[in-house]
Amino acid sequence: MDVLERYESLVDDFDAFRAACDRPLPSVVRVNTVKTTVERAKAALTEADIAHEPVGWHDGLFALPDDQPGTNWPYVLGWIHGQEEVSAVPAAVLDPEPGERVWDACAAPGSKTTQLAALMDDSGLLVATDNNLGRISALRSNAERAGATNVAVTHEDARNHSLKPFRAPDSDDHEGAPYDRALVDVPCSCEGTIRKNPDALDDWELDHVEGISGVQKGVLRRAIQTTREGGTVVYSTCTFAPEENEAVLDHALAEEPCELVEFDLPLDSAPGVTEWQGDRFDESVERAKRIYPHHNDTGGFFCAKLEVTAE
Amino acid sequence: MSDGDGTSRENDGTQFDRLPATADERVVEGRPTREEVLEWWDERFGIAPETFDGHTFWERGSGKIWAFADDVASPVAIEGLGLAFLRTRREHWKPTLEAVQRFGDVADDCVIHLSREEAATFVAGDDQELDWDGDWGYLIVETDVAGESEPVGVGLYVHGELRSQVPKGRRREL
Repeated sequence: MDVLERYESLVDDFDAFRAACDRPLPSVVRVNTVKTTVERAKAALTEADIAHEPVGWHDGLFALPDDQPGTNWPYVLGWIHGQEEVSAVPAAVLDPEPGERVWDACAAPGSKTTQLAALMDDSGLLVATDNNLGRISALRSNAERAGATNVAVTHEDARNHSLKPFRAPDSDDHEGAPYDRALVDVPCSCEGTIRKNPDALDDWELDHVEGISGVQKGVLRRAIQTTREGGTVVYSTCTFAPEENEAVLDHALAEEPCELVEFDLPLDSAPGVTEWQGDRFDESVERAKRIYPHHNDTGGFFCAKLEVTAE
Repeated sequence: MSDGDGTSRENDGTQFDRLPATADERVVEGRPTREEVLEWWDERFGIAPETFDGHTFWERGSGKIWAFADDVASPVAIEGLGLAFLRTRREHWKPTLEAVQRFGDVADDCVIHLSREEAATFVAGDDQELDWDGDWGYLIVETDVAGESEPVGVGLYVHGELRSQVPKGRRREL
């Protein structure tokens, strides 16, 4: 079965989309500003004779046309982290401030967690949750390599995330204060990673898409519940399926006090879709962004920004 | 064992406990104090106590100390809290590679500067004979990267030899 055919009606230039999906992606690294500056990292890459090209929209991202990121001095020092270009989008959209309380709901293996820690100047509280102990090991390793000291790692189902561990010192509160921001970068069918993992669609099943959509709804709802009024929640996936994207947003809009907000992103994208296979979604899902591989020569991605409102 | 208010007198390896500020506040036997940890970094490496003003210190597992950029109610039973940065409860305390890379740039004592070639040997996890006229024991290993000296990790200097302490997962053949 050709999975991508199901999106022909959604995509502006379907031939360009198909052609882009067949091209491999270059390695991209993000500079870890917890430990160094972009200028120092560039100098270290140059010294190591590693060609690096800025991606344009993000100061700290560089494509490595000829190299893999793992075996060089800037890597050993924790100055660079291999991360696909579009995967840097959701943390940039969440844009946390130093000193805030932030939740990364599906954190492992930690690329976005370490990016958030850097955006927060390694201050405040960044709770990083995952439900898989093996992946938590990778998350902890990446957070430590990044030198992040503001990350608290929890092992739990994000749908039942508890604020109890994050009570203020010497307080009688039963729970920690709600978050200022939350990143909900959920497990998904990963269709958009086809350029990096050519077998990404081999096990694709509609049942799986529909099943995982239920998990995604639960995690997004918990993030909204644990974020303060006026706070920000970013929802993202690396898949094209509206069942996992707009349908999840539509569900959250109906069930939780929140609204979708516009946001700027210096990358080409298409708006969220309001109709899919007979289902109609809230009109405001158009404020989400669909990034197709042919738009910016990247992987595929979906990103939405929500504001938590009064009950 | 409990002293009646739920505070265990023994170390519990499944949770993080904030270090007592000073020995007067110590409840758990053998637990280092914040004051002792700050003094150790200062005396061993010349890293001023103010360097850690924004961090709270926690123990999980016997002697494994973590530095955390925020503060929460103690104890807390989760998987990670900041950066594992020091191993205590042994005759010689040992900093982690991550602590040295994160905080070691301000050290001015017990820092050994290696050539790039020597540093590559160190990062590969190999021991090497080197001259060093300072204290024996755990040293911060530095090398020049892009024109500045940068902390790379921890070496154990004894008997004319620098023994690499780079953990297996962090070793690289450069």
